[in-house]
Amino acid sequence: MSFEISVTLPRGAGIRVDFAAPAGLTALFGPSGAGKTSLLDAVAGLLRPREGRIVAGGEVLFDSAAGIDLPPERRACGYVFQDNRLFPHRRVRDNLLYGPGLGATARRWMTLDEAVAFLGIGHLLGRMPATLSGGEAQRVAIGRALLSGPKFLLMDEPLSSLDAPRREEIMGVIERIRDELRLPILYVSHDRAEVERLAGRIVAMGQERLAP
Amino acid sequence: MTLSPEEWGIVALSLKVSLVAILAALPIAFALAWVLARRRFPGKILLDALVHLPLVVPPVVTGWLLLIVFGTNGVVGRWLAETLGLTFMFRWTGAALAAAVMALPLMVRAMRLSLEAVDRRLEGAARTLGAGPWRTFATITLPLALPGVLAGMVLGFARSVGEFGATITFVSNIPGETRTLPLAIYSALQMPGAEAEVTRLALISVALSIVALVASEALARRSGYGRMGGQGAHVL
Repeated sequence: MSFEISVTLPRGAGIRVDFAAPAGLTALFGPSGAGKTSLLDAVAGLLRPREGRIVAGGEVLFDSAAGIDLPPERRACGYVFQDNRLFPHRRVRDNLLYGPGLGATARRWMTLDEAVAFLGIGHLLGRMPATLSGGEAQRVAIGRALLSGPKFLLMDEPLSSLDAPRREEIMGVIERIRDELRLPILYVSHDRAEVERLAGRIVAMGQERLAP
Repeated sequence: MTLSPEEWGIVALSLKVSLVAILAALPIAFALAWVLARRRFPGKILLDALVHLPLVVPPVVTGWLLLIVFGTNGVVGRWLAETLGLTFMFRWTGAALAAAVMALPLMVRAMRLSLEAVDRRLEGAARTLGAGPWRTFATITLPLALPGVLAGMVLGFARSVGEFGATITFVSNIPGETRTLPLAIYSALQMPGAEAEVTRLALISVALSIVALVASEALARRSGYGRMGGQGAHVL
């Protein structure tokens, strides 16, 4: 199993999420407010669940019963945010090299040249993030996540801010990450067509809620 | 316009006092700005008010409080004299202390606003890429807040150069030791026939202030990066 997740998220009365997912791309599908982004934040270590257990890529990232709560920098997750969150004061090259620059060479499995070729972003390396189009910024954000040497990817509606041709292009990139790089991916979306095309497994969120 | 050696000495003393004041206040101002921008704790409003106090209390009262706390018989003053050999009474160090206290609210304010303008989600992104909390601070938070920090220092410097009331109350008006630009202007105004000196020193004060304000504004504008905040550091 790539992901074994059983947590109560600290949103409102508490949102209960419970699933296990095999390798490949697992889509978290549901209406906004269902806690999809909160769940990704919890897996990344940016949000602490009320209680529960998160296992990803065979490693226990969080276990309230055992007192385990790895800090985000030790979870080796590549997080592609909905709003890309590129560092505005660093050029594209320095955004891409942010993870490798930290010296975490042991967990890296892709070089800058490979990532640049994989994503077709060679012509963007000298640009500042504010000058990139939505599709360009999202490709750089994916590259930055891959170059940090992740054991799995978290993707939060990576297509939502893009127009139709760009969506098609980024969807192709995601399929290649899934099939060629064979990275487990947790993928959040509220678009049924997108989810049905990409996902090997679909987890519906927004039904189960705890009473207060 | 030419200055006499004595007037150059006044300018040099003012710059020395202000520079030392700002450098000494910098770590304290940044720590206060950080706590006020990022932490929640009981009594935060009280700390906020205390930091801003020198801005609203009559400077002569601030000077009097400094006398009580940092004077020869003051609690902190005696301790500093005994442990570090650092004394403030009737010395330029006291002028620097008064200037630092008066500049602190402006410095904290600019730094706090720039820290609050830093998008914390970028810090989260840095953490997921493998950066620990300190690394994240050094590579993301500080660079993004830096223009505001520098603007706060420039503003504090300008405020220090203009400091009068707390200084004259705390360390008196001693030529060559505590007589900074505003105190020298005040002294010259008391003397008949010193209008030319008053004019010269006043022009220098105005010029220093304008340079500082323009520099601080330029720094605040630089914090744009196309889409980020930073507007909080503007004074003009």
